[in-house]
Amino acid sequence: MRWLLKFWDSTVGKKVVMGVTGIGLMAFLLVHMAGNLQMFLGADAMRRYAELLRTSEELLWVARLGLIGMAVLHIVAALQLTAINAKARPEGYARKVPQVSTLASRTMRLGGILLAAFIVYHLGHLTLGWFHPALVHLQPYGNVIIGFRSPLVVAFYVVAMFFLGLHLFHGAWAGFRTLGLAKRSAEPLQRAFALWFAVIVSAGFALIPIAVYLGILA
Amino acid sequence: MNLTLHVWRQPAPGQPGRIVDYPAPDISPDMSFLEMLDVVNERLIERGEEPIAFDHDCREGICGSCGLMINGAAHGPMKLTTACQLHMRSFKDGDEIWIEPWRAKAFPVVKDLIVDRSAFDRIIQAGGYISAPTGTAQDANALPIGKPEADWAMDNAACIGCGACVAACPNASASLFTAAKITHLGALPQGQPERMRRALAMVDRMDLEGFGGCTLFGECQEACPKGISIDAIMQMNRDYVLASATKVEAKEWSGSA
Ligand code: HEM
Ligand code: FES
Repeated sequence: MRWLLKFWDSTVGKKVVMGVTGIGLMAFLLVHMAGNLQMFLGADAMRRYAELLRTSEELLWVARLGLIGMAVLHIVAALQLTAINAKARPEGYARKVPQVSTLASRTMRLGGILLAAFIVYHLGHLTLGWFHPALVHLQPYGNVIIGFRSPLVVAFYVVAMFFLGLHLFHGAWAGFRTLGLAKRSAEPLQRAFALWFAVIVSAGFALIPIAVYLGILA
Repeated sequence: MNLTLHVWRQPAPGQPGRIVDYPAPDISPDMSFLEMLDVVNERLIERGEEPIAFDHDCREGICGSCGLMINGAAHGPMKLTTACQLHMRSFKDGDEIWIEPWRAKAFPVVKDLIVDRSAFDRIIQAGGYISAPTGTAQDANALPIGKPEADWAMDNAACIGCGACVAACPNASASLFTAAKITHLGALPQGQPERMRRALAMVDRMDLEGFGGCTLFGECQEACPKGISIDAIMQMNRDYVLASATKVEAKEWSGSA
C-alpha cells in the first residue's frame, strides 16, 4: 500500500490515475451513447433496455460506484495537478505564444468544470428527477421527450456535448500517451483516433436532444 | 536593420525586475541573435550603462547554455535552433523583439536573462550511475543493439539540458528533459540494471524541484532545439509505473543531493 501512496504523491502517478480513469470513463461514454441511440428504435426498445440495466440491483450499484469512484479520482487528480502546475510558474511571461498546443488541451480544466456541472445536472434531470417536470420510473422514452421540451435544456445539453467533444479530442489522445500505450511515432501530435472518438461520442449524444427539439422523436 | 528590443532587466535574484525598451539600430541580418545582443551591450557600456546579462558558451548550438524567450517562443522563431544559432535574418527591419528569461519556480532568475538551472543537475545526480564496468572496452559487437533502439537512445541523448522544454510548457514541467535522460540510458542494455531505480529517483527529484506535471500540450517538443519527441515521456511514465508497482526501494537513490 505504501507504494500506492507514494505513486499518488508524484505528478506522474496522478497523471496516470487520470489516464486510467479517463479511459474508463470513455468506455462508459461509448456504451452509454450507443444505449441512448435506441431512442430511435422506439419506446419499447428503450423500456427493454432500461429493464435490462436493472436485471440486478446489486450489479447496477457496483457499476455506479465504479463510475463515481473513477470520476472522483479523475477530478481530484485534475485539481491537485492544476494546483501544482500553477505553483510551478509564479511569474509569467509578458509575451507567450502557443506554438502547437490545441485549444482543446488549453481548455481541459475549464471544460472539465463544465462537464462536472453537466454531470450533476444530467443525473438530477433524467435519473433523480430533481429538475424534471414528470419523471416516471422505467419509462425512459417519455421521460426524455418531456425532459427536452424546453429549448433551454436542449441548448445546455448540446453546448455541454460540444465541450465534451473538445475534452475528448485532447483526452482520448493524451490518455493513451500518459499510460505509454501509444506507438512511438514520427508525428506524435497527430490524433486521428481522438478526433473520431470525440466527434462520434459527442455527436451521438447531441443527436437525441436535437431530434426531440426538431420533432423527429415525439 | 533597425529594431526595438523589450528586455527583462532584473539586478539580482529575488529583486523586482521590469521590461526595459532599447532601440537597436544598424543591426546586420548576418549577426546571430547573441551577436546582436553583444552589439547592444557594447553600446550600453559606452554610454556607461549596465550591459544586459545573458547566458552563453559554445555559440554553436551544442552546450545548452543559451536560452531566451524571444517573442513568446523558447529560443525564438526557428525550429530546431538554439538562440545562439538563430540569425537576425529571421527578423524584419522595424521589428519589435521581446526578450525574457525562462520562467519557472525551479529556474530562479540570477540576473536579467540568466536563470539558475542547477535543478536539472540535481535531477541528473538523482539518476546516479550505470554499473558499466571500467577497464578495457569490450568488443563493439559483443552487445548487439538493434538500429531502431540505438537511434532511439541517441535521439534522447541529444538533449543539451537548455531548459527550453520547461520554458515553453504552460505548466513549467520538466517532463521532456527528465524523460530524455531516463530514456537514453533505459533504451540500452548498459542502462538496464539500474533502470527502475533511476526512473523513480529522477521523477521524484523532478517533482521535488517544483516543476509542474505533464498535460501533453506538446509545446516542449516544438521548442526543443534537438527535436526530442514527447514519445520519451511515454517511456518515462511506463518505467515509473513499472518501478512503483514492483516496489523497488528508491530511498538511497533519491536521498542524494
Ligand atoms: C465525461 C467524463 C470524462 C471523461 C471521459 C474524461 C476523460 C479524460 C481523459 C481521457 C483525459 C486525459 C488524461 C491523460 O492525459 O492521461 C482527461 C484529462 C483531463 N480531465 Fe477529464 N474526463 C471527464 C470528465 C472530467 C471532469 C468532470 C473534469 C473536471 C475537473 C475533468 C478534468 C480533466 C482535466 C483537467 C484533464 C487534464 C489534466 C492534465 O493533464 O493536467 N475531466 N479527461
Ligand atoms: S551557447 Fe551553447 S547552445 Fe547556445
